[in-house]
Amino acid sequence: MKVTLDHLTKVFPSRNRKTGKDVIAVNDFCFEIPDGKLVGLLGPSGCGKSTALNLLCGLLKPTEGRILFGDEDVTSLPAENRGVGMVFQNYALYPHLTVRQNILFPLENLKGKDKLSKEEMERRALEAADLVQIRELMDRKPNELSGGQQQRVAIARALVKTPRLLLLDEPLSNLDARLRLQTREEIRRIQKETCVTTVFVTHDQEEAMSISDVIVVMKDGVLQQIGRPQEVYDQPVNLFVAKFLGTPPINVFRAKVKDGWLTIGQQPVLALEEGIEGDVMAAIRPEGFILDENGPLTCRLTEVEVMGRDITVVSNHPDCENVEIRSIISSDETVDLSSGSVQFALKSHKVFLFHPETGARIPFRVKA
Amino acid sequence: MEQQGKKAWLYLLPAILFLGVFLVYPLIDVFIYSFEEGFNFASQSYLGLGLYNYEYVLHDPYFLQAVKNTFILVLITVPLSTGIALLISVGLSSIEKLRELYQTIYFLPYVTNTLAVGLVFMILFKQTPYTDGLANLILSWFGAGPVDFIGGPYWAKMFVLCFYTIWIVLPFKILILTSALASVDQQYYNAARVDGTPRLRIFTRITLPLISPTLFYLIITGFIGAFKAYSDAVALFGTDLNAAGMNTIVGYVYDMLYGSSGGYPSFASAAAIILFTIVLTITCINLLVSRKHVHYS
Repeated sequence: MKVTLDHLTKVFPSRNRKTGKDVIAVNDFCFEIPDGKLVGLLGPSGCGKSTALNLLCGLLKPTEGRILFGDEDVTSLPAENRGVGMVFQNYALYPHLTVRQNILFPLENLKGKDKLSKEEMERRALEAADLVQIRELMDRKPNELSGGQQQRVAIARALVKTPRLLLLDEPLSNLDARLRLQTREEIRRIQKETCVTTVFVTHDQEEAMSISDVIVVMKDGVLQQIGRPQEVYDQPVNLFVAKFLGTPPINVFRAKVKDGWLTIGQQPVLALEEGIEGDVMAAIRPEGFILDENGPLTCRLTEVEVMGRDITVVSNHPDCENVEIRSIISSDETVDLSSGSVQFALKSHKVFLFHPETGARIPFRVKA
Repeated sequence: MEQQGKKAWLYLLPAILFLGVFLVYPLIDVFIYSFEEGFNFASQSYLGLGLYNYEYVLHDPYFLQAVKNTFILVLITVPLSTGIALLISVGLSSIEKLRELYQTIYFLPYVTNTLAVGLVFMILFKQTPYTDGLANLILSWFGAGPVDFIGGPYWAKMFVLCFYTIWIVLPFKILILTSALASVDQQYYNAARVDGTPRLRIFTRITLPLISPTLFYLIITGFIGAFKAYSDAVALFGTDLNAAGMNTIVGYVYDMLYGSSGGYPSFASAAAIILFTIVLTITCINLLVSRKHVHYS
């Protein structure tokens, strides 16, 4: 089932009567979640992504706009009747019920023609438990489970009623680093197996990039960009998106375009086709640097981190906004730390130009 | 280790001393008195040891009346007051507007002087040559009454006593239950709503189990408190409770010690030990029942 958000807006009235400024948590969202895909809602904390999720599940009512499940308008349908499954950030497993009772709980709510027999409920609960591989934990209480196991139970509980839409609120934030890697693969697998349209919220770009079919980048309640992860990474529409995606983060320089040259400091680094002039922000991905003795960009070398597969060259430059420039180089290359400086050439497709005030992307072409 | 043990006992000494002198010793003493027949307080002498005190008390019609009154009071007021408090607390926590105002109103009786409360109940129930009281006024609208609630039939008096007791214990229970309800994580309710749970089922399957420790605490202390009822009856019916037929077990103990027919510490002790046994038994039953139905996180 595809989900359509149509000019969706949520305004929280201000608590403070004096300043009286309303908070616009979600501002005029218009996009479509394709059927059967895993969508990552990505943004820094407080950007409204959880609000968006609560609007989808019906716990919050939108101030304006509509939500469509397939062709059905569900905007005014309360959470009870939307048929969505939700995994809460702290899982919200009922502490007084066993794992089995927790998973059965949504099924026991079904009434009328949807009502299931005891055996059918039990069968479905076991099926959901098998899907997340917790069959042997069925008679335990939530406080006897580890964080990862609790999460699996929460997913099983959300899936057991075969929801039209599965929502996950920061599903990995309460897990340790190792479990996080494992669990995100697991979420991907479960989503693939069940083919349920899934939306998950995260502030971790790596998480979103690694498992999503589509990522939606948000900032301050405003949709920034939507697309396949690689697409968004390769073609960010603005400086915020460019900065938000990628580890190590993109390196941002205060630069100028003068006489057809992109100039950082006093060094002309890239020859551009005509059309751009004046101050720009030049953002260069860590993998966009090439070690080159005759390269145009000179940086002060501070450190070299050898990671095995590749080397991270840590340097700085007075016109760089980042405290340190991190560039990733193949470990075939060697860097002489004693020289105190390093010369780079640039891969032009890893360089983006942005407007210094609006942050909007400025397209450019490199002169051959 | 040995040194540490000694130190620990030293720290415990003040508490043990005070508890021993004012709590444990009197308890043992009461137990002993209850077997000493014809104990005389002035001469500290007694005639013999035996079960006569118990025999006397258990055959005393006043005592049997007091036991009956106490049991009726307990069985009516504990479930009713806890249930009403639960309803009011749920109501309080589901309204947004004027919640503080209502909370204050419901808590007011807790900080109100007992004499003032007694006066209010006089206005409500007492018949005087000039008026039949507010309760009778309301009854007359339905074509019933007038009933003499303070000096009239047994059930009328019992009704007033139960009404009074419930009214007195309600504020505290509401206060405790409101805070218990507020401490239930909103996420559970959200999860239940997303799972399509009807409101009544949310209440019985999620809210009640999650506040069950508090509820259980209120029931246990409610039972104990109601079994020890005395002052409420005095406030309503005066000190001669036997004459009013509204005596309670604690009232009987008091009368045996200090009342106009008093001066029998042995009988009083026996009655006190019987009360102690009843309370202990009920509390044990409560604990056994709770094991199945109370969920501690």
